[in-house]
Amino acid sequence: MSAPLKNADALEAVRKASDYEWGFVSDIEQEFAPKGLSEETVRFISAKKNEPSWMLDWRLKAYRHWLTMEAPDWAKLDVPPIDYQDAYYYAAPKKKEELGSLDDLDPEIRRTYEKLGIPIEEQKVLANVAGAPRVAVDAVFDSVSVATTFRKELEEAGVIFRSISEAIREFPDLVKKWLGRVVPMHDNYFATLNCAVFSDGTFVYVPEGVRCPMELSTYFRINAENTGQFERTLIVADKGAYVSYLEGCTAPQRDENQLHAAVVELVALDDAEIKYSTVQNWYPGDAEGKGGIYNFVTKRALCQGRNSKVSWTQVETGSAITWKYPSCVLNGENSVGEFYSVAVTNNFQQADTGTKMIHNGKNSRSTIVSKGISAGRSNGTYRGLVRMAANAENARNFTQCDSLLLGNRCGAHTVPYIEVRNPSAIVEHEATTSKISDDQLFYAMQRGLDAESAVSLIVNGFAKEVLQQLPMEFAVEAQKLLGISLEGSVG
Amino acid sequence: MLKIENLHATVADKPILKGLSLTINAGEIHAIMGPNGAGKSTLAYTLGGRPGYEPTGGGATLLGQDLLAMEPHERAAAGLFLGFQYPVEIPGVSNVQFLREALNSQRRARGEEPLSAAEFLRLAREKAKLLGMDMEMLKRPVNVGFSGGEKKRAEMVHMGILDPTLAILDETDSGLDIDALKTVGGGINAIMRAPDKAVLLITHYQRLLDYVKPDFVHILADGRIVRSGGPELALALEREGYAEVIAA
Repeated sequence: MSAPLKNADALEAVRKASDYEWGFVSDIEQEFAPKGLSEETVRFISAKKNEPSWMLDWRLKAYRHWLTMEAPDWAKLDVPPIDYQDAYYYAAPKKKEELGSLDDLDPEIRRTYEKLGIPIEEQKVLANVAGAPRVAVDAVFDSVSVATTFRKELEEAGVIFRSISEAIREFPDLVKKWLGRVVPMHDNYFATLNCAVFSDGTFVYVPEGVRCPMELSTYFRINAENTGQFERTLIVADKGAYVSYLEGCTAPQRDENQLHAAVVELVALDDAEIKYSTVQNWYPGDAEGKGGIYNFVTKRALCQGRNSKVSWTQVETGSAITWKYPSCVLNGENSVGEFYSVAVTNNFQQADTGTKMIHNGKNSRSTIVSKGISAGRSNGTYRGLVRMAANAENARNFTQCDSLLLGNRCGAHTVPYIEVRNPSAIVEHEATTSKISDDQLFYAMQRGLDAESAVSLIVNGFAKEVLQQLPMEFAVEAQKLLGISLEGSVG
Repeated sequence: MLKIENLHATVADKPILKGLSLTINAGEIHAIMGPNGAGKSTLAYTLGGRPGYEPTGGGATLLGQDLLAMEPHERAAAGLFLGFQYPVEIPGVSNVQFLREALNSQRRARGEEPLSAAEFLRLAREKAKLLGMDMEMLKRPVNVGFSGGEKKRAEMVHMGILDPTLAILDETDSGLDIDALKTVGGGINAIMRAPDKAVLLITHYQRLLDYVKPDFVHILADGRIVRSGGPELALALEREGYAEVIAA
């Protein structure tokens, strides 16, 4: 039979075509916290960041609580034991003084972002093709934010866009008011750990009635070896405000696993809207399953106000293990939560991801569209909770959950939880599982496409409903990424 | 143009083609007819390079190039088009996107410049019109929700846009009503009736041949061509049935 042979050829061709392009390491002088996790580490981080005492107290409280907790094991993931003492919790590029301007940035870091194609120089962005959308960027390198751009223009509009460390110092009241409001300190093992040792991240506040004049973006990069990244993002959209926020991430290719335990909190007040898009491309490990990032992330939005809306869009192609459930707590009347997700797993990657839509408000509505693509020996699980509380009069949810399998050694799993306590609520759930068929592949190839392009086209078609939710420039990148991350998967 | 010599092929280790020879010259239209299980579709798939259809002996060349040594997409770039009996659905991918990528990757393989979006749309519009297909249909995902007739019509639009040298059409007439048959027949003539092109029609019935007049008709039985003749052979089959004509 020629079928397995031909597929093997195609497989090889696709494999050759791509490696993890972002796997390089930047050679920079760095400063680390002492290895291991202890109260000393927590104090060290807080001191490094010149934090007020309330922040240190908060961290210590979290750390002491974390010691009493256990890592969750309910997900369909096989997580090797993590030695929390064998890692660094803080790594920062060495610098002499506070950066006066972007010109003071270490040229090696600048080069890193150039290689990654991230615009951290405003002039460069401005010099771009006329009409190209401008994006303000916060670049986080290991544990610290190294640059935020377009600050002045945003300030004129009243938008605060800062690294979270700066925000804690400059806007303590705002931060204090909302930090831990959406994801409480004791929420879960990884979130609590993050509370204790979070190093940097982004803070955004969009005041009442303001439509943020440009897309905001944070670019996370893990560079240092044996270092965890624990970033913290807090976005508050006041009444009638609107903001669209993009998040991208990469890491060098390393044999050992690295932990990424982030917390993202979003707050939308009356008539406010937040659009949060992620293209997650952390190093997934090699084809044998060695190395890669453990991506254990807690993301949650509070749709607190009437008519508030939060939309999560995620394209997850990276990480060795992903544990992530961007959720919406729909407290406001007529509030809207959306979750659009494409999760790709290949080789030995594992992903347990989905969302929670907690309906408390009257007439609250949520939409979930999840597209899982599994290849190689990987396992992808959609896990989603839709809860209609007793007060959620006329609340509605629609869930669509599709899985696509490539080959016969991977797995796709769907675990929906539905809890309805209000008789007027309506919950719909649709799920499908399919394979890229030999028919589709041959048909596309007969028309002239090579195996790699055929798979990429079919997969992009499958994920289209989600990809079209992304801002244009992100969508193009995500499309390419889908093709690349499925290397060696035809079969 | 197409030269098939003593071709043998197996499907799941079972011999289906058992020494098939056929030569098609430029400018000719050939029809292959035969009972179920004779190997008609196997011939089409083997020439197209479908995995699982394994050539085990003999050979086939297109304009002197060894077809059997090429990957399916290379055969397409070399000028081979296969019209499918059951066109395949590709959800989320519009015909326009699909065909533009397919055509441009063929063009790149041949060292030609890819078409711009505008150039491609102009071409697509022209071919859709020729085949009586609404342009809106081409913006819909490939074959998704198309009726049997629409799928076959779309296959002809694909053929028109990709502009092959040799088209092998596998039961393109099945599932068509008389009006659609007329349109599709007219399309084949308009697109492929040319001195530098050729067509191999695979069909059960005479009726398509009323619209696309073949220069030669062959009868395939048990993996071999057992009789060849002109259009009158198809008419004889229609009257007398395969058993009679093959025995005669």
